[in-house]
Amino acid sequence: MEENSKLSQFQPVKSIFEINREERMAPGHRACAGCGPMIAVRQILQSLDVKPVVISATGCVEVTTSTYPDSAWLVPWAHVAFENSAAVASGVEAAMHALKVRGELKEERPVIALAGDGGTFDIGLQALSGALERGHRMLYVCYDNEAYMNTGIQRSSATPFGAWTTTSPVGKEWPGKAEIKKDIMGIVVAHGTPYAATASISHWKDLMTKVRKAVSQNGPTFLHVYAPCNRGWRFEPKDTVEVAKRAVETRFFPLYEVENGRYRITVPVAKPRPLEDFLSLQGRFSHLLKPENLEVLKELKSIVEERWSKINAAASVQVQT
Amino acid sequence: MAQFEPVQTRKSLLTGDEAVAHAVRQSSVDLVAAYPITPQTIIVERIADFAASGAFTGQFVPVESEHSAMSACIGGALAGARAFTATASQGLALMHEMLYAASGLRLPISMAIANRALNSPLNIHNDHTDVMGSIDSGWIQLFVENAEEAYDRVIQSFRIAEAVNLPVAINLDGFTLTHSTEPVEMLSDEVVRGFVGRPPKRDSLMDEAPKSFGLMSLPDSYQFFKDDQSRATTGSSVTISQVEGEYAKLSGREHGPLKIFRPGSKVMMVMLGSYAGTARTTARRMKNDGEQVGVISLGWLRPFPEKQFLDALEGVETLMIMDRSVSYGAPAGPLASDVMSLLYRYGIKRKVIAVTYGLGGRGFLEEDAMRLFRYAGKSGSSFESFFFYGGE
Repeated sequence: MEENSKLSQFQPVKSIFEINREERMAPGHRACAGCGPMIAVRQILQSLDVKPVVISATGCVEVTTSTYPDSAWLVPWAHVAFENSAAVASGVEAAMHALKVRGELKEERPVIALAGDGGTFDIGLQALSGALERGHRMLYVCYDNEAYMNTGIQRSSATPFGAWTTTSPVGKEWPGKAEIKKDIMGIVVAHGTPYAATASISHWKDLMTKVRKAVSQNGPTFLHVYAPCNRGWRFEPKDTVEVAKRAVETRFFPLYEVENGRYRITVPVAKPRPLEDFLSLQGRFSHLLKPENLEVLKELKSIVEERWSKINAAASVQVQT
Repeated sequence: MAQFEPVQTRKSLLTGDEAVAHAVRQSSVDLVAAYPITPQTIIVERIADFAASGAFTGQFVPVESEHSAMSACIGGALAGARAFTATASQGLALMHEMLYAASGLRLPISMAIANRALNSPLNIHNDHTDVMGSIDSGWIQLFVENAEEAYDRVIQSFRIAEAVNLPVAINLDGFTLTHSTEPVEMLSDEVVRGFVGRPPKRDSLMDEAPKSFGLMSLPDSYQFFKDDQSRATTGSSVTISQVEGEYAKLSGREHGPLKIFRPGSKVMMVMLGSYAGTARTTARRMKNDGEQVGVISLGWLRPFPEKQFLDALEGVETLMIMDRSVSYGAPAGPLASDVMSLLYRYGIKRKVIAVTYGLGGRGFLEEDAMRLFRYAGKSGSSFESFFFYGGE
């Protein structure tokens, strides 16, 4: 694939003055007050100087921004279906290339596929895998709110262990979701993807730097963005960023990047806060703080610890070599 | 591996699949996204060969499924590119969801369907079950009788699709056409390139001013979009005829909305696809014996060539409508149902014999056609429907 010199340079975001001030998400869209994914989208779009093409999967961000005849998108945007944003984006990327070769297109734009956790971890996993393997130059962003929120808080394979959803309810027999969250980063990295990273809306400089870095790569890249949903997680709309922040500070959602196989923790958490600080803000975990569910809480804590040490080990090994 | 150089000789021996691949190679296609499935595979293989040798100048995207094939074509078309794919059977079923997206977004995409039966039971051989499941997905549906017609209609499909903003499918019978070698008189690369030109400018993701595509539509607007789409499909017949007429000037070949053999015959067999040739040969033989039988072979199914079909009914007493797919529990097969609703709409009465035949590759020989023609000539009832078991 041909290098686009303008895109292959990248500058880390060090201050608010270095971001693109132009709004790319018009006001008046229909997302809930305190919507985490919309904060993520705004940060992603304002990381870049050039206007990217965004291909949205069906989901909260899509339906709330594009009710005919209105669109909140101030960048070229398309929605086709739920499970195929990576495949549609593949077609856009290949088409741009073909048109450029024919001299009918001056410059290729960055292509961003944007899907929720359902559209990424579950129904869109095959299309994502195919696009990663084929090596299209695109950034795939998964905004992860840890359940099917658009249809009313049903569990996905991104829903954490122990969380309440409408299809992983809490009862005498069930502790909330009984299965652990799928390791999507591991799956992406296993494709040999040149750049993959996690990010959180609470750490905007880290997130925006990662978007820039991803778009500068000449190949497929992946950004897993933690984007709390106050309706689904049962917290106050004012706490969206605080919840995201505590997810990082408790090591519940580690922020790291994997560049050509090399792991690096971008936001080290030397002294983690107790996991309860994260859980206690959210109704979906309220049952875990009751004495009868102590064992479930312990198990969740060990899952969080194990995940952190796995990533930490992967990052440390490379520092030593 | 064989080397496939662009064929310069005018008359070539090609399978139906190869003819399709050459048409794509010559038609300045920007994007081919496809997934292999029998009996379409040769199309994908040849286009890959052409891409490897530099004869195909677009992008070849070897996707991981047919769903992604159509999705990538949709993405490509949204970016303003000329996109093509090919599939069959299970593959068409898998991309079913995306067929509606392509037509609803009013995107010019071309697709060859190497018609094949659907699982279960598993069967790789020809019938029309696959396309009939998608017949109402908003695509222009063309049917061909031989490899040369497949070649012609694929070239024409790009012009048609881009003029009416609708996707076009070219149906060719699996194995019977896809894998049979026939003489095909190809046009030169230059002539085809000149005929197809480049896609006309349309709203795209590449436009300087950002545009949004694929918005959600609520009950206040949805039906208007569908009304518009329906009118565009019906109205596309004018454009299809124009494009075919223009192509005829270059090639001397015009396949048209339908082919009528022995107009005015008392018995008319109504057919789709390659078996029409067998029926025509049989009808010719029977004429020698003094029997008045004819054949209507439809080249277009969507839009249905209503006027031309009605014109073909002059002097006809019995329509024997041949379906290679089943509409389970319905009054008749899909083609027969189409024809009957057309007859009713115009207050025309004809005897109708709705025949289901040729499923899963079951053959159709001259003796079969003869048996059916003779049966139709004698049948007394106004409507009949049955499964016919012909040659193996």
